[in-house]
Amino acid sequence: MALKQIEGSHGVAEAVALCRPEVICAYPISPQTHIVEGLGEMVKAGDLNAEFINVESEFAAMSVAIGASAAGARTYTATASQGLLFMVEAVYNAAGLGLPIVMTVANRAIGAPINIWNDHSDSMSQRDCGWLQLFAETNQEALDLHIQAFKIAEELSLPVMVCMDGFILTHAYERLDVPDQERVDNFLPPFEPRQVLDPAAPLSIGAMVGPEAYTEVRYLAHLKQRRALDLIPRVAAEFKAMFGRESGGLIRPYRLEGARTAVVALGSVLGTIKDTVDELRDAGHPIGVLGITSFRPFPLEAARYALRDVERVIVVEKCFAIGVGGVVAIDVRLALDGTGQPVRTLVAGLGGRAITRDSLSRAFLRGMADQLEAMTFLDLDQALVERVLERERLVRRSGPAAEAILREVGAIAAKIV
Amino acid sequence: MFQVRIHGRGGQGVVTGAEMLSIAAFLEGKHAQAFPSFGSERTGAPVVAFCRIDSKEIRLREPIMAPDAIIIQDPTLLHQVDVFQGLKDEGYVLINTAKSFDDLDIGEVAARLRPERHACVPATEIALKHLGRPLPNAVLLGAFAGLAGQISLPAVVSAIRDKFSGKVAEGNIAAATAAFEQVRGQLGRLAPAGSSTPQGPGASPAPAAKAQESAAPSPFAPLVAPGPAAPGPAASYPDRAQATHSQEVR
Repeated sequence: MALKQIEGSHGVAEAVALCRPEVICAYPISPQTHIVEGLGEMVKAGDLNAEFINVESEFAAMSVAIGASAAGARTYTATASQGLLFMVEAVYNAAGLGLPIVMTVANRAIGAPINIWNDHSDSMSQRDCGWLQLFAETNQEALDLHIQAFKIAEELSLPVMVCMDGFILTHAYERLDVPDQERVDNFLPPFEPRQVLDPAAPLSIGAMVGPEAYTEVRYLAHLKQRRALDLIPRVAAEFKAMFGRESGGLIRPYRLEGARTAVVALGSVLGTIKDTVDELRDAGHPIGVLGITSFRPFPLEAARYALRDVERVIVVEKCFAIGVGGVVAIDVRLALDGTGQPVRTLVAGLGGRAITRDSLSRAFLRGMADQLEAMTFLDLDQALVERVLERERLVRRSGPAAEAILREVGAIAAKIV
Repeated sequence: MFQVRIHGRGGQGVVTGAEMLSIAAFLEGKHAQAFPSFGSERTGAPVVAFCRIDSKEIRLREPIMAPDAIIIQDPTLLHQVDVFQGLKDEGYVLINTAKSFDDLDIGEVAARLRPERHACVPATEIALKHLGRPLPNAVLLGAFAGLAGQISLPAVVSAIRDKFSGKVAEGNIAAATAAFEQVRGQLGRLAPAGSSTPQGPGASPAPAAKAQESAAPSPFAPLVAPGPAAPGPAASYPDRAQATHSQEVR
């Protein structure tokens, strides 16, 4: 193992290379680009013996990944935001066909309005596509999750998305412990496909299935995802035994002992939340954290057990279902079905808005006093929204909303946060 | 935790500067987290990058709003961006300029800081001389090593070698070393006179109380020449970390 101070994207590229992928295909899109650039450099330099396929779009990237995986190759790709949306039809096919592709999603907002910054709208839009979704809290975990993802994917014959916060993780320089090749080889055996296109033993993959069997095929997909609830912690335990650190798993409780309020979240915001909770704990407030690593499958039972003693739950989400409410909160409510524990949604960090300790602390204090509404937008500029709404009331041809809000905001370059 | 915010313009290597600072801190055995502000990275547009340094793992992901140190790569930002936002009175300020704080019309900023914790360095000119290009980022890290003592010059030199190679690395190292010595010279002139000597023409005299406080910290540690600062080939970090430790200046 080697300690390195490197960019998160390069750490992930090194981790993927250690997994000995045979086919890598991707189309560049921020903030994912540095990952496949790093892999491309390794292939070109001869350090990584893989087929690096330049494709003309994200739809092609996933289509090539499907073909490569069906031919028995360990296959990797990466994308973000609009790129993920563009490949959606093939994303569903990869899951339906049961192909163990691993894909990094460098989480980024989706348009319109166009926004290159981080939130979880992209991968959350693929919540129900049949892929497993694992969320990294740190760059070290992002690196580790990729190594675990190939093992989980190939054991289940299901594709796995490793979600890491765009820019916040992908572009951050941090200390990373990069495992050595020998240990990764011991942890991750060569790919033994459960299904393979082989001219010597011809078969077809992707048959049309009618009403007589479609329900059973879908049910089986559901069953396999629920089986992942056993496999994911097992792989995390094997990883810990081999590499000596906690990474992955289903959930990660933090200071939940004695907590009356629990904050549930995914991804890199957990770091800021833990620092905030430490301060609140020091001030005598009984609050703890539950990090969700496996969003798909959602660990309903594990979450219910971890949250059994709290009186209320606040879910911090970097995404929401427009017109309804929180996305993760729906699953948390399902996990707490019948317990009567109220679940509040705190929508934060949309389109890269900074999530600060100060704002979280104020919101958590309100939450602990049962003063949060069912859904709250952290640091929402309500006055700005009112001005734009007022203008729309007064002017019939009020123009596009995004541009109107930008005009109201004025010069943005001078703001640091 | 020690938090540094770097302000500059697109094309000046602001983000690379923060990354190199984190590498330098890492090489000295510390935890460090460098990240950009993710603004629109157009050439000439205001850019901010951040670096946190700590003795333990850094979990916090918010932008740095109350920095311990501010490095300003482009003084034309002073009246466009609130570069001093959140600056603590005991903080450090380093500006790339041949002028003084008073000449830049920010004498009041210098007045509330300790005299040995702010400095102006003509980093662009130093870069042009040693590197042939007006890139101030690595130069300012050399100056920062001289000013703040959070990182050593050998660690900065190693970080430069991590990012660059060949003539570009050597030019940047020469420039960073020159800037380090220039700042140490400025501080050295400040110290024997009881820390109340103005730092440049027109700089504000420091209050006596602040001058007394300044006796405690370490910016006046004896200056050791960085010497042959290249600690071996750039392949393995732990080796380099040790090599760097063995020749630490403080």
